[in-house]
Formats: sequence, C-alpha cells, structure tokens
Amino acid sequence: MLSKRIIVCLDVRDGRTTKGIRFRENVDVGDPVAMARHYYDQGADEIVFYDITASAERRGILIEVVRRVAETIFIPFSVGGGIRSVADMHDVLLAGAEKVSVNSAALRRPELIDEGAAAFGRQCIVLGMDVLRVGVRPGIPSGYEVVIDGGRVPTGRDALAWAEEAEARGAGEICLNSIDADGTQQGYELEITGRMASRVGIPVIASGGAGRPEDLRDVLTLGGADAALIASMVHFGTWTIPAIKSALHRWGVPVRMRW
Amino acid sequence: MIAIVDYRAGNLASVGRALSFLGFAWRVTRDPLLLGEAERILIPGVGAAGAAMESLREPGIDRALAREFAAGKPILGICLGCQIVLGHSEENDTACLNLIAGRVRAFPAGLRDAEGRAVKIPHMGWNSLRLRRPHPIFEGLAAEDAFYFVHGFYPQPEDPSCVFAESEHGIVFPAVIGRGSLVAVQFHPEKSGRPGLRLLENFCRWTPPGGRGEASC
Repeated sequence: MLSKRIIVCLDVRDGRTTKGIRFRENVDVGDPVAMARHYYDQGADEIVFYDITASAERRGILIEVVRRVAETIFIPFSVGGGIRSVADMHDVLLAGAEKVSVNSAALRRPELIDEGAAAFGRQCIVLGMDVLRVGVRPGIPSGYEVVIDGGRVPTGRDALAWAEEAEARGAGEICLNSIDADGTQQGYELEITGRMASRVGIPVIASGGAGRPEDLRDVLTLGGADAALIASMVHFGTWTIPAIKSALHRWGVPVRMRW
Repeated sequence: MIAIVDYRAGNLASVGRALSFLGFAWRVTRDPLLLGEAERILIPGVGAAGAAMESLREPGIDRALAREFAAGKPILGICLGCQIVLGHSEENDTACLNLIAGRVRAFPAGLRDAEGRAVKIPHMGWNSLRLRRPHPIFEGLAAEDAFYFVHGFYPQPEDPSCVFAESEHGIVFPAVIGRGSLVAVQFHPEKSGRPGLRLLENFCRWTPPGGRGEASC
C-alpha cells in the first residue's frame, strides 16, 4: 500500500538555512546539507528546499548546495523558489534534485509547466500554489483565490481552476499552501485540500498550518492529501519525525516506518 | 567497473552518486565495447520507452546487452530500465530488448483503493514489496522496508516465476523481476534510503550462479 509522505521544508537564503531552527543535537542548523542529512536520518520521506535568495547572481550558491545534498541523502528532494525557465530547472535537476517546484513564474507564464514536463517528464514538475480564502465571488467559484509573491499579490485566479489547468499542462504534483493557515500551527486548511485532492488526478501535498501530529492525520485522511509538508513543528524541536510517524502509524495512517 | 547505460533519458548522475557512496566505481557510457569490459551493467531510467529504445539501437547497445546477458554478466534494470528488458511496451507501442518474455502495461484507468478513493496514476511515492521468491538482492531487507516508485506503466513477464516481488497500487503488479543474471526493479533504489542502498550493494556484490548459457528465472 502506498504510504502517505511526510515532507520537510527547509528555507534557504544565500546557501544557508533560515528561520529559527532549534536543535539540541549537534547539528549545524544553518547548513542545509547537515539539516537535510539530519532529516534523512530521522525518516523524512522527502525534502523540499525553498530558495528565498533575493538576487539572481547568488543562484550558483544554491546549485552547489543541491549538488552536495545529492551526494549525502538518498531520498527524493525538490527545489523551489526562483525557478523561471527550463534552463533554471535544468540546472537544479542536473545538480541532483528529483523535482522542481514552480509557483509565481508559472502563473505569469503557464507554458512553463508544459515546457518543463516536455523536457524532464511530468514527475519532475511540482506546481506550488498559495491560496487565500476570499469567499465565493465572480471568477472565484471555489471561494479560494491564488496569490503570488509570498501571498501579497492576488491574481484573480480560482484555486481549483488553476489546479486543473496545471494538471492538464503537465504538472506531476500540486503543493497547496494555505496562506490563512500558514504559520499558525493550528492545522491545515482541510476544505480546499479535500476539494482539490478529489478534483485532480495527481498527488496533492498539503502545506501550511501543521502544529501537531493530529493535524497531519486530519489532512491525510479527511483532507485526502497524499503528502503533508512540515516545517516549524520539527525545526523548533517541538516534534521529531519518528514521533509524528509513530502517532500516524498508531492511528492507522499508512506511513513508512523503517528507514 | 559498473557501466551505467546512457540512453539520454534520465537522471544518470543520481544512481552514480549512490554507487559512489557505496564505494563502487562506475562509468556512464554509450559504448558497446565498454559494456563488454564492465563487470556489471546498470540500466537506469526516467523517460519514455520509445525514445529510450531508439537511443539504444543506434549505437548497438541493444545487441551488446543481449550478448552480455547471454554471457551471464550481472545486469540491473531500474524503473524504465526495468521495463525495457521485456519484449514489448504499451508506452509508445515499443518493441523492447526482450531479455525476458513479457509486456509492459499501463495501469488501468478508474482504479479505486479500499476506501473507494480514486487511485492516482502515476504511482508516486513509497510502497512496500511482497516477496514471491528469494533472491540474493533481497538480503538484509525486511518485509516492512519501503521503496520509492514513480511510474505509470508496470512490467508483466509471461512466466510468473520471473516475478521475484510484487507491490500493490490499485492492482497487484510485479515490482522486481529477473531471469538468470538479470534483475530489474520498478522502483528507484538510489532514492529509497538505506533499504535501497542495501539492494544496490547486494547487486554490486552478487555473483549469478552458473553464469553462462541458458538462463532460467
């Protein structure tokens, strides 16, 4: 039986892991390679690096990080943030990432999804999507609007319509991040996750709001998500991946228990 | 030296990195002569069957693989490299290497899981194996070990005794197949954590019995 995936997200700026990541263990918490190794050892099913580097000139640093991570961990990992062209995708995939995640650039130019899928196969292309609950209104029949540039800019696109278009264009997965839930640690946005997971035929990764193992259980069962993204709940040392997985396993959620 | 067949389809570096991590020397090649010199051959794979087979025919890699297989050289197929060892693939209606008689089939549409939810294709993620027959490449692995899959097609040998392990995603399908000195896995051992590395290492240390001549499953 296919396991539900627990995916750890690491924010990287200029080649260093950001955010107040706290550990008691002897890990250089600023080093993305050490952090990836730590979570690999802990049983993460996949790792996402989100590059928040401001300038294009510093992209080379990220590629070097990807190359070093690929020599160290042997589970799939993806890279998102600042992927604007097939050439950007090529750099990251050649350095050893399994997948690339596109978000704002795909909304501005949806053909980027088609081009990426044609060049590398759809399994490599993850569509990242930030959505905001705005209520049902003209042009937004689902009540959820897609926003870009870190949630600041509304696009007028309906979340479910955009998910369907991205799937048709060749996205292999959708990572759905709720701006309302993000950072709250009060649980994932179950409603839109559930509606999207049953609407599209590709896996949906739930993102935003994880604070307790119960939140993952709910989004992976009631929410129908195929995978759950976590960040703060493990970065701050409140929870470990083995503890989360043990709880999920106890509740009957299929997760990978040996690594 | 382990030869990694380059058919211009996939992320060849990732399986190479796993071999390096395990301490084995490898080389990516399209040269049929190098396949002859190599101790072992690895057919990796991401991509589509049609383009892959086309890429293998032009430099004569298809004939070299058939020759090395007949000579009893250990060969490991991964993902697409697991599928093209069969006779035919439904993907792009492609005639394949036919080292094992059988066909590559697409997952049927409209599959449902036990809870009645639609089963998503491609099959992407971690899944476990059910062993059908023992083989040295499974040494040290446990029944609960999971492996990372990404595929929309699966291998179906004609002879059920060529199926070493199965997995389940809406249907039960062959996940590890083999015959003689050839073993082929539908998942990505190079992306399957320690169990995957162990399986790769088992292959790298495996000496097929007999070696030459008529291969049976």
